[in-house]
Amino acid sequence: MTSKNVEPNSLYTAREPIFPRRVKGNFRNLKWWIMGVTLGIYYITPWIRWDRGPNLPDQAVLIDLSARRFFFFMIEIWPHEFYFVAGLLIMAGLGLFLFTSALGRVWCGYACPQTVWTDLFILVERWIEGDRNARIRLHRQGWDAEKVRKRAIKWTTWFLIGLATGGAWVFYFTDAPTLLRQLLTFQAPFVAYATMFLLTMTTFVFGGFMREQICIYACPWPRIQAAMLDEDSITVAYRDWRGEPRGKLKAGVVDATQGDCIDCMACVNVCPMGIDIRDGQQMACITCALCIDACDDVMDKIGKPRGLIDYLALTDEVAERAGAAPIPVRKHILRPRTILYTVLWSGVGVGLVVALFLRSDIDISVSPVRNPTFVTLSDGTIRNTYDIRLRNKLGTAEDYMISLTAGARLNIAVEGRADTVVTVPANQTMTQRIYITAPAGTDAALDDKTPLRLWVTDLAAQDRIYHDTIFNGMGR
Amino acid sequence: MSAKRNDGGPKEVGTTGHVWDGIEELDNPMPRWWLWTFYACILWALIYVILFPAWPLITKATPGLLGFSTRANVAVDIARFEAANAPIRARLVEADLAAITADPALLQFSTSAGAAVFRTHCSQCHGSGAAGVQAAGYPNLLDDDWIWGGEMADIHLTITHGIRNTTDDDARYSQMPAFGLDELLETPQIDAVVQHVMAISGQEHDAALAAEGVAIYAENCASCHGEAGEGNRELGAPNLADAIWLYGGDQAALTYSVVNARFGVMPNWNERLSEADIRSVAVYVHGLGGGE
Repeated sequence: MTSKNVEPNSLYTAREPIFPRRVKGNFRNLKWWIMGVTLGIYYITPWIRWDRGPNLPDQAVLIDLSARRFFFFMIEIWPHEFYFVAGLLIMAGLGLFLFTSALGRVWCGYACPQTVWTDLFILVERWIEGDRNARIRLHRQGWDAEKVRKRAIKWTTWFLIGLATGGAWVFYFTDAPTLLRQLLTFQAPFVAYATMFLLTMTTFVFGGFMREQICIYACPWPRIQAAMLDEDSITVAYRDWRGEPRGKLKAGVVDATQGDCIDCMACVNVCPMGIDIRDGQQMACITCALCIDACDDVMDKIGKPRGLIDYLALTDEVAERAGAAPIPVRKHILRPRTILYTVLWSGVGVGLVVALFLRSDIDISVSPVRNPTFVTLSDGTIRNTYDIRLRNKLGTAEDYMISLTAGARLNIAVEGRADTVVTVPANQTMTQRIYITAPAGTDAALDDKTPLRLWVTDLAAQDRIYHDTIFNGMGR
Repeated sequence: MSAKRNDGGPKEVGTTGHVWDGIEELDNPMPRWWLWTFYACILWALIYVILFPAWPLITKATPGLLGFSTRANVAVDIARFEAANAPIRARLVEADLAAITADPALLQFSTSAGAAVFRTHCSQCHGSGAAGVQAAGYPNLLDDDWIWGGEMADIHLTITHGIRNTTDDDARYSQMPAFGLDELLETPQIDAVVQHVMAISGQEHDAALAAEGVAIYAENCASCHGEAGEGNRELGAPNLADAIWLYGGDQAALTYSVVNARFGVMPNWNERLSEADIRSVAVYVHGLGGGE
């Protein structure tokens, strides 16, 4: 038997190198500003100091894994308050929905770390190797002294940026000045070096070499956002009804049939994703708007109106092809869907802020000892035992008085103490055993179950909280 | 992003001869990376079999050149923990019994260690929650009623030597006569004394019979259980006037106890537990809520 068709088409496509050209314009300026602010926040935040008193760290933003605490300026989050983190994640999710349904992939184009660091790396690349044409030439050139020198400088700079990125990350988890000293003297914990190495290398490889491939092949968000966009979402689009048929502009020739696009390839050359926006909206487009800046520049030069490539919604195309007036951006953004997202987003946010202000500096959890459910004492008294955990979130040791309220006669005693006051050290959790007794023959002793409310009162701060539990009797 | 496809040309590779519905299976070689991974796995398996326990034999497996054994690893871990605990255990053994609860470090260590000892050696009779078995003769250790005393030293002595066992001459020993079985009391007398005991323990009773029982109690029971039924810890005679009954406090249970006499047995732990363990479990039991 012979085979007819043999090797199938390769499923692998080699990456086409992309050499984005320098561009100037409003969107480019906006992107510089956003880059400066976001990177500034990232690198500087761990170094901000915040005085919290003697027993607590003085770093403004600190994720203290060993003490299981998160500090954010005046806010301190304990592990049992993890719902704040869940709430913030829900807000982040809703925020992405809101921005995507209104403005398309604005997160991808402006704020995504992959975009911001890639932008920074391309900037470094341009400073060292020159603009697009120089870089293409260098790419084709053999490995002579010039190429080796430029590549070495570029890669070293990228690596240093990566190192600063990984370095800044670990500062969020411990006291930054101390860790910096340890890092420089090689006394830092292994996990710090390992984390730095990992983030340095991911920054270096993702920003320097992977670039658009992360967005196209690795990131799930471009897939999800397809479900978030609708015909009113604003994306970057080419007005092909105005630009086509495209053709080169010839001096002195006026061709009425020709569109506004002069096929100068400016939009393609500046694109960090290496796509042609004139092919229509596509998955690889991160809507960074650099092609808008590039095209506007060209339109100005040839004396045509700006906006051949523009932020547009699908409904704009229909309207403009029909010759109707363009729909104002405000109308695209303000619609039931985005308003609903905004309401949900603000609702969760307001809920979190309220919860933040309502939380107490004391926390109690109660585990009733249910083996056995009750003990009969020699005088017939029925005794229940409870293990309570008291958490003092203040920076000073506090005296807590434990008391109870119930619809029946019950007495409370604290193990190992004559009174019912226990001292919980600063920022600590303490387990304390307490006994609740019902005298022989009383309702609580005879009934099966008696609900009761345990109160913990901070004597100094006059703060108090309660916890509801059950007293088990003999059951009549 | 332009797609540059490597179309490749047709190349002669045979087929395996499998044809189904006109579809043939090409006889392409395995990918090279796959083959090398496969060979590496074979090599790894050979090395593993030589170095580590591998082939099962009748009673054990081949030991392997490295002498690796999970049991030996556990033994090392246990030895490490015992070495770490040795100083505080030594302190526990030397400490004055009554002073242990005043020392936070000793109290914490012995309570935790004692809980483990209790679960292993004591919970079979006294229950995992130390509540004993109600009305079946296994005392509840949580309450404030003690047959042999509830101070630390009393508890320690009881655990060390046990109760009514035949293996330790220092075991605590109590003996109640079987008033019915040995015909020391007549049945009506027993009924009367039971009614008296129900009276002094505050239960509903037959007042006339109970009045008859007063003299019988004073003559036969009070020497051990006390004039008012308060019991005697020296003799291990339980308190009959309180709300706690080791074998049940109703008429039938009390009658059975007077007729047959009942006592429990507890092993002496001095031969099976170290002094540190005995002290730990004594501290644990003392701290269960009834310690004196």
